[in-house]
Amino acid sequence: MNRQIVRLTYVALTLVGVLVVMTTYWQTWAAASLADRQDNAVKRVAEFSIDRGLIFSFEPRKRLARNVEREVDSKTLFFRRYPFGPLAAHVVGYSTVGRSRTGLERSLNDYLTASNANLSTLVDKALDELRGKPIRGNNVVTNLDLDAQAVALEELGTDCGAVVALDPRTGEVVVMASTPGFDPNLVERRYGEISSITADCTPAAPLLNRGSAGLYVPGSTFKVITASAALESGKYGPEAPFVDPGYCTVYGKRVNNFDTTRPYGAIDLTNALANSVNSVFCKIGLKLGAKRILDTAKRFGFYERPPLETPLDERLASGLYRNGQLYYPKLDSDVDAGRMAFGQERMLVTPLQMAMVAGTIGLGGKLMEPHVVDRIVAPGGKVIEQQRPRLIRRAVTKKTADAVADMMRLAVAQGTGTAAQIYGYSVGGKTGTGETGVPGANTTWFIAFAGKDDESPPELAIAVVLQNQSGTGGTTAAPIARAVMQAILQPTENP
Amino acid sequence: MSARNRELFGLVVAGLIASVALASVTIARNAEVAASAAVWGALFLGLYVVAHVVVRRTVPYADAALLPLTAVLTAFGLASIYRLDPDDGGRQAVWVAVGVAVLAATLVWLRHDYRLLEGYRYLFGVAAVALLLLPSVPGLGERVNGVRLWVDVGPLQFQPGELAKIFLIVFLAGYLREKREVLAQGRLKDFGPLFVIWGAAMIVIVQTSDLGSALLNFGIFLAMLYVATGRALYVAAGIALFVGGAAVLYNALHHVQDRVTIWLHPWTDERVYCALNGELEFRQDCASYQLVKSLYSIANGGFGGTGLGQGTFASTDGTQLIPYLRTDFIFSAIAQELGLVGAAALLLVFMLFVVRGMRVALQAQDGFSKLAAAGLTFGFALQTFIIVGGVLRVVPLTGITLPFVSYGGTSIVANFLLLAGLLLISNRANALRT
Repeated sequence: MNRQIVRLTYVALTLVGVLVVMTTYWQTWAAASLADRQDNAVKRVAEFSIDRGLIFSFEPRKRLARNVEREVDSKTLFFRRYPFGPLAAHVVGYSTVGRSRTGLERSLNDYLTASNANLSTLVDKALDELRGKPIRGNNVVTNLDLDAQAVALEELGTDCGAVVALDPRTGEVVVMASTPGFDPNLVERRYGEISSITADCTPAAPLLNRGSAGLYVPGSTFKVITASAALESGKYGPEAPFVDPGYCTVYGKRVNNFDTTRPYGAIDLTNALANSVNSVFCKIGLKLGAKRILDTAKRFGFYERPPLETPLDERLASGLYRNGQLYYPKLDSDVDAGRMAFGQERMLVTPLQMAMVAGTIGLGGKLMEPHVVDRIVAPGGKVIEQQRPRLIRRAVTKKTADAVADMMRLAVAQGTGTAAQIYGYSVGGKTGTGETGVPGANTTWFIAFAGKDDESPPELAIAVVLQNQSGTGGTTAAPIARAVMQAILQPTENP
Repeated sequence: MSARNRELFGLVVAGLIASVALASVTIARNAEVAASAAVWGALFLGLYVVAHVVVRRTVPYADAALLPLTAVLTAFGLASIYRLDPDDGGRQAVWVAVGVAVLAATLVWLRHDYRLLEGYRYLFGVAAVALLLLPSVPGLGERVNGVRLWVDVGPLQFQPGELAKIFLIVFLAGYLREKREVLAQGRLKDFGPLFVIWGAAMIVIVQTSDLGSALLNFGIFLAMLYVATGRALYVAAGIALFVGGAAVLYNALHHVQDRVTIWLHPWTDERVYCALNGELEFRQDCASYQLVKSLYSIANGGFGGTGLGQGTFASTDGTQLIPYLRTDFIFSAIAQELGLVGAAALLLVFMLFVVRGMRVALQAQDGFSKLAAAGLTFGFALQTFIIVGGVLRVVPLTGITLPFVSYGGTSIVANFLLLAGLLLISNRANALRT
């Protein structure tokens, strides 16, 4: 029987050996992917014993997220406090025991808990552990301008909407405001107060970052894309002549201008954009076809989630949506190109995307990668990560961009966007009014860029969206854009 | 150094391990070394010195490593359980003391010739089946987590399955020794009892929904059958029968289906129907909650572990994150606090125990002793594999205990009986050789 017993010994040892191998697998190979899972309560609670990194605004430098220590069961735990409450809640997010994390608290969790793989962090962490001290996380400095952020929230007021402002030259996102907002300090214990928030829109969705994850009908702001596509095609120039009858015929049906009582008659492309004449863009759309316009939109970043430091699922791609799914038409005939050309037809966009469009036009066609985080700093002060301006791609030629920029400047100078004029600055903008067919339920837009003069690159690009409005983009969104731009460009005049 | 002195030395080392482990738990709890840790360590060592003295008197030629290895395993268990709940740690310590007492009593009783048990083999066989079916007797059995494992006897609960395993091994050792030549010839009519045992395993699954226990007992049976006959074909046929039977039952028994689904797909990206609350939930929040949380616990340990007393098992408000931590999931608690280093060390101790046990089987002179030692040792290894493998997602998770480590009286006592068996067999083998 001894031969069998020896073999059985091998079997028994193999069984236990498999356990050693699998323990190794879970504790080394798979540990990182398990740690990243949202439902990993063990890791999440364990990380509360880490002196979590702070999150700062850029200007003025304030702590947007800090820690309070509490002794629980003879352990020192660090709980989050957000001194400014709702002010930057959507970007910063929250870190809680019961409701996990959102925003930068989630996407930068590795840095904030010092579990990123940078060598200096590993050394610091090991030293903290050896000393028996709590591990200290790395601090995050955002690009947010807290004063402008406050102005944006104040201007949005009780409306549902969002403001995104960025420096088109560097991609630095300085304002990302969304209403209705929430106080992240309430998430852990008084979540009921957040879920019971109501607003002028349903669902109120106070946790939703409308700036990057809110999808809206772009309305006439999309004409910026259509105009770019028209110029890029070579079929049209800025002075291309059109005749506006007040409507456009698509599939034998009339599609009216916003105001049908006053057809413009003879008009060129530049003035058509400045005055937002639907019929002209409808004709361009029919001529170019949907796919050529969509390809231009793609060059501006449509059909991909804009790169930003916030979590991936808190950013959505802009484009055509069908049944809640992003889709790209196989054939030109799958889409009503005429209506799409002036921003209807199931086209949905995010404010972040439209701010990128405005900035790219102002910057001569260069699409820069947006960043809401400026740098990540070790507890000792050493900079671990520093964001630098990065070109995503050239979206359109400089010639095209400059021509469209002139059209947008004309819109602010004497067209639909006059409410956004700022003394001493050259502002180019485009209004948008997405009609839903229900009175008082329009989605209104204003996108703009602003620079010292027509020649120098713009310092700022902005997108403002408002839900459920009875006015137009020019009367509702443009004044908000102006106020926020002023707060950023001329902070002293806006105490 | 004589075998018994080596054993004593090993026990002192085990006592030191236990003291250091308990001391670090108290440091983590109270931020200071409590004198009680030294007292507990001394009591632990004292208990095993008593066992050692009994071994020295009754089975002087027995294997020197088995008792110290057992002491190390119980030290792992006691420290982890004490860390999770000091009251439970105290109770577990009492059970270890009871286990040592049972060990001592068994050794004293059977010190002259344990082979008298062979004469009662059919009694053991009947008792094993009866014990396995006991939890499904109405009024006696208690269903915990969809599985009938427990029996209430007055105020006490016990898990008859743990004892049934030992009884089954005694029966099989006697029966197979008697019939091994006949069985090796492969005549179909001799295989009646084989089918009876297969049927019993299936009935146990149906009656108690306890897949783990059925797998364990059937595995022991196949291993002993192979040792007795040397026919690998029988093992293959047995596995085929078991898998076939289990496949049929798979469609009939929801509980088994659930276990397999959880094993294959613990995480879902979409919400699925959750039987616990009747709503749509992610499976990781519902049916596979236990397994997933336990994996998170293991992963959180990483290579070096969080340190004893530093692990995360409860939320900041004190609610437990991982259920059944002291029993089924004790390994995931140890793996988190001691890391890969500690968990691998623990598994290494199990491996050493297996090697020593199988060595006893090799040294034994008679068929009954060889079969019994091999069966006991393989059962020990297979039980470790089933529960730790379940926790590690190697096999579907079934609730059985980790020998000598998990919290629970029946399990501790049954495993001390197993140890007693191995010590008796090795004593006889070594006594005959000298």
